[in-house]
Amino acid sequence: MKKSILAIVAVILALSFGWTACNKSSTGDGSKAQLEEAKELMGSGATFPAPLYQKYFDVYKQEKGVEVNYQGIGSGGGINQLIEKIIDFGGTDAPMSSSELEKAGSAVLHIPACLGAVVITYNLPDNPKLQLNSELIANIFMGNITQWSDPAIQAMNPGIALPDQNILPVYRSDGSGTTYTFTDYLTKANTLWKDNMGTGKSLDWPKGIGSKGNDGVAGTVSITPHSIGYVELIYAYQNNLPYAIIQNKSGNFIEPTLESVSAAANVDLPDDLIVSLTDTDAPDGYPICTFSWLITYQEKNDGTRTLAQARATANMLWWVVTEGQSYNEELKYGRLAPSAVEKAKALIKSMTYDGKPILK
Amino acid sequence: MKKNFSIDHLYLSILYFFGFSILLLTFIVFYELLSSSTLSIKTFSWSFLLRNKWDPIREIYSSLPFIIGTISTSFLAVGISSFLSIGSALFLTEYLKGQFSSFLSSLIDILAAIPSVVYGLWGLFVLVPFIRNIQTFLFRYLGFIPIFNSQPYGFGIMSAMVILSIMILPYAIAMIRSVIEMVPSDLKEAAYALGATKWDVMRQVVLPYVRSGIFAGIGLSLGRALGETMAVTMVIGNRNDIPRTLFDPANTLASVIANEFNEASSSLHMASLVYLALILFIITFLVNLAMRSILKRYSLEKRR
Repeated sequence: MKKSILAIVAVILALSFGWTACNKSSTGDGSKAQLEEAKELMGSGATFPAPLYQKYFDVYKQEKGVEVNYQGIGSGGGINQLIEKIIDFGGTDAPMSSSELEKAGSAVLHIPACLGAVVITYNLPDNPKLQLNSELIANIFMGNITQWSDPAIQAMNPGIALPDQNILPVYRSDGSGTTYTFTDYLTKANTLWKDNMGTGKSLDWPKGIGSKGNDGVAGTVSITPHSIGYVELIYAYQNNLPYAIIQNKSGNFIEPTLESVSAAANVDLPDDLIVSLTDTDAPDGYPICTFSWLITYQEKNDGTRTLAQARATANMLWWVVTEGQSYNEELKYGRLAPSAVEKAKALIKSMTYDGKPILK
Repeated sequence: MKKNFSIDHLYLSILYFFGFSILLLTFIVFYELLSSSTLSIKTFSWSFLLRNKWDPIREIYSSLPFIIGTISTSFLAVGISSFLSIGSALFLTEYLKGQFSSFLSSLIDILAAIPSVVYGLWGLFVLVPFIRNIQTFLFRYLGFIPIFNSQPYGFGIMSAMVILSIMILPYAIAMIRSVIEMVPSDLKEAAYALGATKWDVMRQVVLPYVRSGIFAGIGLSLGRALGETMAVTMVIGNRNDIPRTLFDPANTLASVIANEFNEASSSLHMASLVYLALILFIITFLVNLAMRSILKRYSLEKRR
């Protein structure tokens, strides 16, 4: 009996301590020739862009001979491992919080690699193309609108026969960047949501059921009539799920596509690129989308990294925001707009080792 | 003589080492859980055990819904599976003999080897829609009875209980089967010689003889049910609220930990998750103690 519990605890302990130990030993072997580049980099973090990163790093190894390992362990894990200096870079779907930045000690750069979007999927007879806005979505997920035939939904979807049935909201039970993006959008666009729910990776949901992962939510929605859930855009594409057209801030109804997602990022971006793209001002932008960032320390000499490793990290990031971008759309991730690429380049150039710029 | 002694001595100390290392391991795990959850214990003290709220955004955490979810699903599952396992163990050992019996036994053993995610997928795509149909029927015609009066989702305590009871079945059956096989045939033959029917022998000789073994088997399966994570999380609905009916979505300790551990970035959130692990550890420990005392009582009765 106790064995099963030990196993659980052992897994938890292994996650928090074991990896620390084994990873530390593998990063210490920096190359001796200071002008050269390290041949191996370690990264971990967000799972959502992991397939794209695998593609990037396969190509990168063939072209540059540098092996980059990326493990999709979740954004939170990536941030923690970066702070603990286990990895050269992390990946995250939500910008680091102020308490995380404080824990990090010194400046952490957020380099966007791609754009992702969250779509609203549902299970209705014949799956009509629904039109929704932030108010409807917020009220459905808060349990205020309980019937599909509610006049508010019907008014936005004239001509669609909506069933007289209870709505079952389906949310992510695991902490995730998808939930963060979804709730960040609702917090910005709807005051009722802002006051009662808020933005986060896990929430206290008042209604509905939770499923683990994009596949869990998609599976639950597909087997449960009259349910509604939210999943990543790519996931909806790959599995041919129905998704809703969302009204954006400018009042336009936008279908989630790679173009409308890229358009959402075509706004005035701050120089540090730590920005939430949800509820975009762009008139043709899809409102529920986000950057997915690669994060790394601005000053790379923290006692655990050699100059060769720092140089390899900077070169890799440079490649991702330039040549790497050509792989985004083929794998159904949004591509960075030229203005974002320019700002990302400036950020990478600001990386230093002992106070001296790494790239010229 | 002296040489023998030193080898014995060495052997003994190695055994001591192994024995104590288990004790030490348990202690280290307990200590680690306690020290990593201190922040949460200090912040919430007893309210962590008594409130019905898990809100990561406002940083209010408590464990009551998950304790209830864990205990209700595990105990209900063990309740169902204990009848099934005693019945099938008796059938496989006493009634059905030969090739077919061992074929069936190995099938049951295979049940134990199926990964829990496979059980979870089966639960999601087969069991949940099935339960939803039953639930729709109950809701429509017996909805006035409080335990049936919840929206028919299919996800919830009922689905988790059914899937758990299937998953723990092979453990209980294997244990009970092996103790039934150890009942001395002298005893059974003596009973038959006195004119007992097969049912009499089962009821008055075999079952009383293996009572402690049955409890051990049920205890083993209960431990497995308490800790099962993956399959349960896929069918229980993951609602952080105290379930009010048998069909309500709920959540378990293990499932919350598995769901939120990866992305927990605030230190209070992390400490609260570890606190949940500590509670699960203590629950399992207490259940173990309780099973032990039951075992002890029954073995005393047997001796009398």
